[in-house]
Amino acid sequence: MSDESCAVAVVGGGTAGLSLARELMRREVGPVVVLEREAEAGGIPRHCGHYPFGLREYNRLLKGPDYARRNRDAAARAGAEIRTSTTVTGLLPGGRLEVSGPSGPAVLAAKRVVLCTGVRESTRAQRLIGGDRPLGVVSTGALQGAVYLKGIRPFHRPVIFGSELVSFSALQTCAHLGITPLAMVEEEPRIFARRLFQPYLWLKRLPLYTGISQPRIKGAGRVEVLNFIDRHGANRTIETDGIIISGRFRPEAALLHRSHIEVDPGTGGPVVDQFGRCSDPAYFSAGNLVRPAETSGWCWFEGVAVAEHVAEDLAAAGKARTVPLFTREPRIRFIAPQRLRLVHADSSDSVIYIGLETSIDATLSARCADRVLWSAPLRGRPRRRLTVPLEPILKAAPDGPVELTLQD
Amino acid sequence: MTPPANPVSCDVAIIGAGIVGCAIARQLTLDGLRVVVLEKALDVLDGASKGNSAILHTGFDAPPGSLEQRCMAAGYRDYFDVAAELGLPILRSGAMVLAWTEEQLAALPDLIAKAHDNGVTDVTPLTRKQIVSREPNLSDAVLGGFEIPGEYLIDPWATAHAYLLQALSNGARLMRGTEVLSGRFDQSWLLETSQGEIKAGHVVNCAGLYGDIVDQRLLGHKSFAIRPRKGQFIVFDKAASDLVSATILPVPTETTKGVVICRTIFGNVLVGPTAEEQDSRTDAATDRQTLLALKSKGVAMLPGLERCEITAAYAGLRPASEHKDYQIRHHDKQACVTVGAIRSTGLSAALGIARHVATLLGIASRPLDAPRTIRADRLSDYHRRDWQEPDHGGIVCHCELVTRREIEQVLDGPMPPATLQGLKRRTRVTMGRCQGFYCTAELAEITEERLQRTIGCDHER
Ligand SMILES: Cc1cc2nc3c(=O)[nH]c(=O)nc-3n(C[C@H](O)[C@H](O)[C@H](O)COP(=O)(O)OP(=O)(O)OC[C@H]3O[C@@H](n4cnc5c(N)ncnc54)[C@H](O)[C@@H]3O)c2cc1C
Ligand SMILES: Cc1cc2nc3c(=O)[nH]c(=O)nc-3n(C[C@H](O)[C@H](O)[C@H](O)COP(=O)(O)OP(=O)(O)OC[C@H]3O[C@@H](n4cnc5c(N)ncnc54)[C@H](O)[C@@H]3O)c2cc1C
Repeated sequence: MSDESCAVAVVGGGTAGLSLARELMRREVGPVVVLEREAEAGGIPRHCGHYPFGLREYNRLLKGPDYARRNRDAAARAGAEIRTSTTVTGLLPGGRLEVSGPSGPAVLAAKRVVLCTGVRESTRAQRLIGGDRPLGVVSTGALQGAVYLKGIRPFHRPVIFGSELVSFSALQTCAHLGITPLAMVEEEPRIFARRLFQPYLWLKRLPLYTGISQPRIKGAGRVEVLNFIDRHGANRTIETDGIIISGRFRPEAALLHRSHIEVDPGTGGPVVDQFGRCSDPAYFSAGNLVRPAETSGWCWFEGVAVAEHVAEDLAAAGKARTVPLFTREPRIRFIAPQRLRLVHADSSDSVIYIGLETSIDATLSARCADRVLWSAPLRGRPRRRLTVPLEPILKAAPDGPVELTLQD
Repeated sequence: MTPPANPVSCDVAIIGAGIVGCAIARQLTLDGLRVVVLEKALDVLDGASKGNSAILHTGFDAPPGSLEQRCMAAGYRDYFDVAAELGLPILRSGAMVLAWTEEQLAALPDLIAKAHDNGVTDVTPLTRKQIVSREPNLSDAVLGGFEIPGEYLIDPWATAHAYLLQALSNGARLMRGTEVLSGRFDQSWLLETSQGEIKAGHVVNCAGLYGDIVDQRLLGHKSFAIRPRKGQFIVFDKAASDLVSATILPVPTETTKGVVICRTIFGNVLVGPTAEEQDSRTDAATDRQTLLALKSKGVAMLPGLERCEITAAYAGLRPASEHKDYQIRHHDKQACVTVGAIRSTGLSAALGIARHVATLLGIASRPLDAPRTIRADRLSDYHRRDWQEPDHGGIVCHCELVTRREIEQVLDGPMPPATLQGLKRRTRVTMGRCQGFYCTAELAEITEERLQRTIGCDHER
């Protein structure tokens, strides 16, 4: 049996994958196939039953599911083929994909592949939350799926673990089915979401415990109790029937780990250049897989931008020198991209994403050997968007590896 | 469930559906006896057999001459035939006992001699150089060791399920949610359970962590006391399995208790277990300090683990006792066999224990002429899986690549799970790196009216 083929295969029909597929069709690159493992394309917004989505993309204030539908329809109308319930199970060199759909396994050969598999939340085990293993410990994503897609309540009175933006989404998700959270707990000394969210907790009369330690879940069948030590050193016990483990996004990169494609230990996603190109030039990547994690709107526009690069690459795959972009600074958890392609293309939109380990207020410099290419003040906190423009660094014409450093 | 009006009656009542009870049920059923298995939990494998290292041990390090050693040797031998018949996946990983200190190094020759005494004659010493060339990712702090080529990785749950399923398909009966509360013996047994009375010619107590309590309830005395010993584990993501091939075993010494690093047949890497004595027979909680300590022990031996993602953490409870050896006793005046304190090798020894128990019981019977066979769950990452076959209906659990067809077959099968835990053990759903982030909602829907303890909290039966 000969393999099926297409111009571009998009792995993951979420926000980035769909906007990218539409843009590729607009640019007439040839047949584009979106491979989506869920029964419906749309990605995470499919089960974010709340606002705000779509403001910049569609000039409309939409809820997640409506927004996902628009993205889906737009890609389909543009002529992209969206294959659902189809999981990509292997990435082979040169753009060949192993896929498994309801009817079984197959191989799809594409001239270019774009990986858009998004992010998920860290699990209880990854955060080393001890205790029993009862039913009722779920991520925000799982909660949203159960509540918005299936109308199923996993618990009545949960505790929310984490205080990122998505933890507040969890709060909203609970409200949808009349689930009443009892508290929000956070191991860090202060909440991660912007401060303006804090009054929301007061409004909801939700106690917030920051700086907690030694969390422990108890329960035989279902969750019964969350124990922890509060910031004052007191032992606390909350009787609850569920724990929502929220946030600490990490790329859904399992496919990469099993493949020939280079993975960046910082982001956990693929090593990419500023165009989204991976270590195998037949592969590109876009959306939150590249770096955890941005909003949907951000990923949508990134999809469009990467589509442009892919289209150009298909038209003329020029050879260009690339150099590593790296840092040894322990306060920086990741940077993306990790390679710079030294070409004269317009990079005015390109940025470097910086993920921090701790809050900083310092000066960031880009260096090439002994030369400082660029430097600027940098302030930020972990798990918040932090970008610096790429253009000035490229303009300074690096001719070897570029290192980012911090000075206080 | 309403209690049956007339007492259920059988030749042998087996108390406890752990790995040991399941193996004995299979043996006695194939021997031609009418067997009933009584399990107090909602599902089978809810006790010690819930969490272990899943290694099929040769028994190289068992005390020579012990009952444990004999049962392990027999159980190990039988496993290959039974696995082939029932379609159980096995993976030959081999194992290495490695020394990291001079003290451990000095202990190696005695351990090798002991292995040879136990009939495991292919155990051979390894130089530091040989070790590092076979396992290049190990820390170069390793000093020496020896190999046990015959250690295998198996599926601990599918194994027990398959034993029991074969028993069931040949006429045995399983009663779950059925706790044995007391019993009277007068020529035969009348057991009082939470689901009514059971008449049995003979009783086999394989209640694991409750073995002494069940003895007390039936016989009015106990000859050993269970001292639960917890073992915590960290499970690393599948990417870690590229780092190590053989199972890495520690040298037991007076001063240190090392940990095991092993792959699982599901493609992960385990680091553990701890050995923590405790009173509780149910507390299988993990704790952060211990998990961190395990991780750093793992990283010290296999530095690459540092970068690997953690998939899960769990603990198992060993039904240890004050004795070193298994406590298998035939109370022949009361037609009862107690199979107690099957501490840390029961998975490997179960088939051997089952033979031994059948001999002890010595009930005259006619073995089945043509026993039916069954097809075990095949969930090994190292063998062909359902998602690689046509018409599987789509993948539901994306991390473990579990298909809709696999889930449906288990839910509609002869021994459907009662809880999500049970479904996990039978299919691996939610056992992967995302721990249910992607598939919980779908599973909640698929299983909504089909589990006793449902994922959604409004439909509990
Ligand atoms: C729980 C949660 C809540 C969030 N809430 C918000 C919010 O309220 N607002 C907001 O702006 N952002 C939110 N985000 C951020 C979210 O990541 C982005 O909104 C956006 O969905 C990212 O788009 P993406 O295309 O990168 O990934 P996704 O939208 O996640 O899409 C990835 C797609 O790839 C598919 N896929 C993955 N692997 C494979 C494979 N092997 N084969 C085939 N298909 C595959 C997935 O099924 C999925 O459909 C949230 C994220 C999470 C995890
Ligand atoms: C950390 C750890 C690692 C291990 N690693 C390995 C390994 O790699 N290889 C190996 O071979 N072995 C290993 N083992 C050992 C193995 O898991 C045990 O020996 C085995 O599970 C014991 O099984 P069991 O059937 O005796 O007990 P259990 O599994 O506890 O079964 C007893 C059953 O009886 C039921 N029961 C109790 N009381 C009653 C009652 N009154 N009425 C009805 N039912 C009742 C319980 O609910 C339970 O299901 C390990 C064990 C642990 C804890």
